Amino acid sequence: MPATTVNPTRMELTRLKGRLRTAIRGHKLLKDKRDELMKQFMDVVRENRTVRAKVEQSLMRAHASFTVASALMSTKMLEQSLLYPKQSVELDMSFQNIMSVEVPVYRFQTKNQDPGDVYPYGFAATSGSLDDAVDALSEVFQDMLKLAQIEKASQLLAEEIEKTRRRVNALEYVMIPTMEENIKYITMKLDENERASTIRLMKVKDMLLKEAIEAKREQEASAIKAFEEKSGAPDEG
Amino acid sequence: MYKIAVLGDRDSVLGFKALGLDVFPVKNREEGRQRLHRLARENYAIIYMTEQLAAGLEADIARYKDEVVPAVILIPGKGGSLGIGMSNVTKSVERAVGADIL
Repeated sequence: MPATTVNPTRMELTRLKGRLRTAIRGHKLLKDKRDELMKQFMDVVRENRTVRAKVEQSLMRAHASFTVASALMSTKMLEQSLLYPKQSVELDMSFQNIMSVEVPVYRFQTKNQDPGDVYPYGFAATSGSLDDAVDALSEVFQDMLKLAQIEKASQLLAEEIEKTRRRVNALEYVMIPTMEENIKYITMKLDENERASTIRLMKVKDMLLKEAIEAKREQEASAIKAFEEKSGAPDEG
Repeated sequence: MYKIAVLGDRDSVLGFKALGLDVFPVKNREEGRQRLHRLARENYAIIYMTEQLAAGLEADIARYKDEVVPAVILIPGKGGSLGIGMSNVTKSVERAVGADIL
């Protein structure tokens, strides 16, 4: 029996069959979408891992230099040196479409084009380690931006894959079987009705025949009786 | 035009100031949480956050995971990498595939 009540009518059957066709087609399309997304996602995630490992390593180096610098210089001096940056970064964002997932693409512009001129301080009062730290940071910054882009893309793709996977599964394991069961139920019910009406007709025909035979018999019986009466009267008389 | 923010303890983030990024040193987790949500509402497309700060703010960060803007990206702080960033990558694989296949 189907879980929900369905009207076992021909109209419902046609409607259900149409829906089943659409569902099967949608299922196939979504499955293809999921597979393709998965393929893209695996590439992105692999890159994500390597970029992240690289960024973490470079950042640790930068932090090490920075720690040395902060040990050699007073906190006040350090802060003063970095307080007013020479450089400023503007970020431009556009979108790339991966299987209908909008993924951000970052482009950045630095105000100061000369990469050797990033130090916002004079060299007289600062430690060389600070230069190293700033150098390392400006080097790793490219990769950090790339990391942001890739990581966001992988997060968005993961969400989309999860959604698509759920849809595929819902169609495959719930929607399509239910519809098939409903269609089966309706076909059986309609067949049953048809058989019932055939039987009913046969029964009615049977009854009619029986009645006709009975009537015929009665007629014959009365005819025989009449004949006997007619022919018997002179015998007795 | 979008901006880039760096969020974390003072010593970890100060260096980014030289690059021209917007640096927001925070002292504790609660301040970090408020700062994160405020930055997300403003014009920041990328928010870099130290893992040390992110360690207690998983739920707050997860809120921005499915949004296109901002991208909250974890970076190791001064104390070294806690592996949270890497495990997040693994988690997103698990989310998509259902199992860690890498």
